[in-house]
Amino acid sequence: MSLEKAVSVTINGVARQLSAPANETLLDCLRRHGHFEVKSGCEKGDCGACAVQIDGEPVDSCLTLTWMVEGRSVTTLEGLNDADSPHPLIAAFLEQGAVQCGYCTPGIMIAAEAMLRETPDPTDEDIAIALSGNLCRCTGYTKIFTAVKQAAEVLRAGDGND
Amino acid sequence: MLREFELDLPNDLQETLACLPGGTPLAGGTNLLVDLRARRESAERLVWLGNIDAFRKISIEDGRVNIGGGTTVGDILRHSDMPTAAPSLDACARVFGGQMVRNRATIAGNVCSGSPAADMVPPLLSLDAELCLASAAGMRSIPLDEFYSGFKKNKRNRDELITGLSWAAPGPNTANRFYKLARRKGDAITVVGVAVTVTRDGDKCSDARIALGAVGPTVFRAKEAEAMLNGETPTTELIDTAAQKAMDQSSPIDDLRASGDYRRQMVQVLTRRLLTEAWQALGEKESGR
Repeated sequence: MSLEKAVSVTINGVARQLSAPANETLLDCLRRHGHFEVKSGCEKGDCGACAVQIDGEPVDSCLTLTWMVEGRSVTTLEGLNDADSPHPLIAAFLEQGAVQCGYCTPGIMIAAEAMLRETPDPTDEDIAIALSGNLCRCTGYTKIFTAVKQAAEVLRAGDGND
Repeated sequence: MLREFELDLPNDLQETLACLPGGTPLAGGTNLLVDLRARRESAERLVWLGNIDAFRKISIEDGRVNIGGGTTVGDILRHSDMPTAAPSLDACARVFGGQMVRNRATIAGNVCSGSPAADMVPPLLSLDAELCLASAAGMRSIPLDEFYSGFKKNKRNRDELITGLSWAAPGPNTANRFYKLARRKGDAITVVGVAVTVTRDGDKCSDARIALGAVGPTVFRAKEAEAMLNGETPTTELIDTAAQKAMDQSSPIDDLRASGDYRRQMVQVLTRRLLTEAWQALGEKESGR
């Protein structure tokens, strides 16, 4: 094992020190530290199951090395909720039945949340572009699109958790 | 699991260049980390460029677009001036990978990977972009058109870094288009990529550039086809002939995504379509005056 280094990083608002070797991906490191909401899928940037936000920007944690997040802020699905209520995306996915096996869902929410911050009233094309790096093999995407639009509406109406 | 390597995290250009002779530049990692994991590549020492904000910027001054090598595809997609400063590149960013890959993949990384299917390259060639390379010895620039020397081979020396690219923003008499043919609009490897630039002077085409991706060992310009258009009126017949010539200049392989024959035919179809669209767009502007 190569030399480990302590990486200072904020995860979902909490300051942490993660010890990791140079060749460990953020995906492996997060799961080693109990963040099982970050899923391991293709491990080559195709499926988006491992998506997290770094300083608010969605990236694939399988293509990020832990050392790269020194001093940065990482948000996983768990970080989208506040203490009292689920994020409107989560509520909408439940209500619309936009989840079957659920493996792709955390990554889709991470990607969709970033898009909704920039594009509060997305068209189908906006959603397609934002979710083009997230593969779902169960739902066929229709309900996912419906759920994202529903969440957008809730967020626009100011019923979000901000 | 990735094999062991050393990882440098430089904070500025000078530190980066000092690491380079023995290190491999790691930009977004969307190619390199995948290839390392699959054991298609090996590296003892990686130099991560993502901490250097100066590499990640877009500026447009006096009609010239300057873009840092570390600018991501996502940055291009989100930049409000790109649809006019580089219409083909903007169109390309919309169909490039997925959101998470776009937020990591950099323009210099895509250019340097040298894959014939690297999607940013046909638009950049159609814009006649120039590369700026830095090393401890100094800076040099080289036209992108002269950068590739073979399949995944380029003229970057090991101690050099692509710090940026630049091109002239298309003027009102120039149209610039890109189309990516692939199985899906996102998250797909290109079957054929075509970018064209057409400049109109009265009823003549004063300058044409046609760049073709995924139909040869490198992305390349179909210069014989371009020459047929320069100084001529691009009639339907002439555009047909030029598109045919672009097809003749292609040498695609058969692979799991498409046959070589299909790719060749699509070069003709897409070149004809984009040239026609570009010329018509300029015509509408002309008559709208």
